[in-house]
Amino acid sequence: MAKELWKGNEAFAEAAIRAGLQAYFGYPITPQTEALEYMSARMPELGRVFLQAESELGAINMVYGAAATGVRTMTSTSSPGTSLMMEGLSYIAATELPMVLVDVVRGGPGLGTISPSQGDYNQMVHGGGHGDYYPIVMAPAGVQETVDMVYGMFDIAEKYRSIGVVMLDGSIGQMIEPAEMPPMLEVRKDIPEWAVRGGAGKDKRILTSINLDPAEMEKMNLRLLKRWKEVEKNEVRFAEYYMDDAKIAIIGNGTAGRIALSAVRTARAAGIPVGLLRPISLRPFPVQAVQEVAAQLDNILVVEMNAGMMLEDILKIVQGKTSVEFYGRIGGVMPYPEEILAEIQRIAANPAPIKGHPRDLWMERIEPVINQ
Amino acid sequence: MVALDIKDMEIVYRHPDSLVDISTHYCPGCTHGIAHRLVAEVIDEMGLAKRTIGVASVGCSAFSYNYFDFDFVQSPHGRAPAMATGVKRSRPDRIVFTYQGDGDMISIGAGEIIAAAGRGENITVIFLNNANYGMTGGQMAPTTLPGMKTTSSPNGRDVEQTGYPILASELLATQQGASYIARRSLHDPKNIRMAKKAIRLAFETQVRGLGFSMVELLSTCPTNWHMTPANATKWLEEKMLPYYPIGDYKVHPELSELKV
Repeated sequence: MAKELWKGNEAFAEAAIRAGLQAYFGYPITPQTEALEYMSARMPELGRVFLQAESELGAINMVYGAAATGVRTMTSTSSPGTSLMMEGLSYIAATELPMVLVDVVRGGPGLGTISPSQGDYNQMVHGGGHGDYYPIVMAPAGVQETVDMVYGMFDIAEKYRSIGVVMLDGSIGQMIEPAEMPPMLEVRKDIPEWAVRGGAGKDKRILTSINLDPAEMEKMNLRLLKRWKEVEKNEVRFAEYYMDDAKIAIIGNGTAGRIALSAVRTARAAGIPVGLLRPISLRPFPVQAVQEVAAQLDNILVVEMNAGMMLEDILKIVQGKTSVEFYGRIGGVMPYPEEILAEIQRIAANPAPIKGHPRDLWMERIEPVINQ
Repeated sequence: MVALDIKDMEIVYRHPDSLVDISTHYCPGCTHGIAHRLVAEVIDEMGLAKRTIGVASVGCSAFSYNYFDFDFVQSPHGRAPAMATGVKRSRPDRIVFTYQGDGDMISIGAGEIIAAAGRGENITVIFLNNANYGMTGGQMAPTTLPGMKTTSSPNGRDVEQTGYPILASELLATQQGASYIARRSLHDPKNIRMAKKAIRLAFETQVRGLGFSMVELLSTCPTNWHMTPANATKWLEEKMLPYYPIGDYKVHPELSELKV
């Protein structure tokens, strides 16, 4: 199939349909709404389920019900909507049901902006809702990668009976890029063994998240954790650019990583040995890749579109073995490649280890820029 | 003692197939057991057990899935109508019902129930109204009567501060998408028989694809009302019935011709 021009939000909607999506439930929220609109036309056309819910609470619980019947199901939303969905996500995780969530992240906190951000990192990567569980979280850096990731996420979610999250910032949802659509898969006809279907007596199935016996709930938590260890073993993904002979490593995911790549290329052209590590799976995090960078290189620059949420994870992994600096834009502002290039040039000119917390040092540098 | 020969006797009353033959966790005198039985009898009589999926809610009936002998899912607090929507839309040929209390359905879940009724979602809702939060120990609910003492309205519900009971049946009957809305009471045998007919009509509504159906069942909570079961039944009749009149609040024309 040839490449076509696709808007990010519509592209992932079509990719999900081609992956055999059977039921979509959603609620309008910028900058994700085009996905809902696309689904509203395309799903009924194919005889599949589309419903605009009364709220994100409604949408995630409709997904919960649909997932319990064993159909391929998903929702998409943006940050304030994701916050509302946390309740349902926790229940779905506890019931061990597969589903896909696409979170098109915007600037917060609160109603915030409708501009691109990576401010959902903590609430997805370190969360989901209450309780001990992790959703599988991946972050694409462009429309094609979003298409491929959403297309593949249903299999991953079903393999681990877990929540698969594709977390992209609003710019990818809104941008138009060439992308090649994967082939249309057949919609599943069979019902998974664990799903409710209408069965009585010995065929009765119960899908619930409550178990008042702490000893039983502890066993269940352990089962979730052991399954998570399998996810950690199998699903770590990352991309490396110009890392072979790099002396400075930038670590950035999604669009922040993509913008950093432009800066890396310009710096390389000027002879600065800098490379990029772009984590693709944020949960499970590419811990080993970061450890190797920390062991070999003197300087790491973490670039994010938030105030250093992934930075905290990197600092934990690096454990002071190398100097880690930070650069971010917050509240829905995107960094220009020139800003990151200036950071690379600054570090190249003075690679000595920093004194202080990288966030504090960044705040000193960024405050005049923000207030100018 | 004379041994009775029951071989040739007609069985007129028996344990419903759709109820598991175990003791429930409900308090003595609580009417949940009656409501469970009525639903199970209707499911049996209509032959629906092998294609029914129940949606339990949060409250005393959270564990109702242990007592009904067919497929069940369990929803977050108040979200049962949304979860039931996901089940029904995914498997439209199955019979899907929620079983919710008053705190669940008309307080935390008010948005979900109104939206489901407005959509004319082809599901059935069994709604138990006992005028308080039973599971958490008897707090004030939206359905608590004016002046009624609960653990969170210790001096009696003050309508100046906390407003008035929400009349769920009257409210939902205003929705065009609702096809059958009825309020019944479980305080005496006559009313229990009337309740069963209403439950039957609600499931008939769904089987006929007519849209949203809901039966509100006025119920007792002797434990949290601090009454004997007999006094609780009397209190329901004397205090709740005047505030919550039993009756049919919405009946689709196709149902009014139906004899059950």
